[in-house]
Amino acid sequence: MAAHRRLEVSDVGEVTVVRFVDRKILDEASIQELGSELFALVEQENRGKIILNFSKVDFLSSAALGKLITLDKKVKSRSGKLKLSNIRPEIYEVFAITKLNKLFDIKDDEADALKAF
Amino acid sequence: MASQSWSWETELIIPSETGAGKRVLDELLEQLAAHAWPEHDVHGVHLAIEEALVNAIRHGNRSDPDKRVFVNCRLSAECFWIEIRDEGAGFKPEEVPDPTDPDNLEIPSGRGIMLMRAFMSFVEYNDVGNRVVMEKRRVVG
Repeated sequence: MAAHRRLEVSDVGEVTVVRFVDRKILDEASIQELGSELFALVEQENRGKIILNFSKVDFLSSAALGKLITLDKKVKSRSGKLKLSNIRPEIYEVFAITKLNKLFDIKDDEADALKAF
Repeated sequence: MASQSWSWETELIIPSETGAGKRVLDELLEQLAAHAWPEHDVHGVHLAIEEALVNAIRHGNRSDPDKRVFVNCRLSAECFWIEIRDEGAGFKPEEVPDPTDPDNLEIPSGRGIMLMRAFMSFVEYNDVGNRVVMEKRRVVG
């Protein structure tokens, strides 16, 4: 398994649970690194059922949203499933404003997301 | 800009490197907290400035190290005002495709301006499109 600097990755059965290390996903270098690590889960490690748990995240910019959209495309193109969970209200508002709450399958918490596969 | 008695003002020139605005952002966030701005407003202001600075540096100045970004901001208990100008060729905000159009939902970029408009009370570009003025009036109550 590849080393992760921006992510904490664990397995619950056949589902991959990903937590973010950073509270603020902001600067360009971190966002690039985050994207590479997320894409590697799908492209190199062939993980097809992924939950992104946002419990630690309290700031997310549009550049980071872009990485999530690209990840979603990569997962779907391999017939996998991506779910998002534990998104705090300020961040959920960003998803709602951009209507990305319609693109992503967003669950209240990790348990709900696990049940939804 | 409404007539205000500003209690904090700052002007600075930053290089075209993402992350260069961190110092002013950190200082501003401290000032918003010191002026007892509510957390939701602070989050919105933070996001709008982050998006505007990235736009100025990456899209405006195209990360050219010879070009700079000029930032001017003012704060009172009720209002926050900021002007961000880059040295790029500008753009037409109305030509940025609507990222919420179902055909565009999967395009990974183009959401910054929408977030700035959503979280600030006022957002206006100059005709050239290389200067943006934003204002946030504090939500009272």
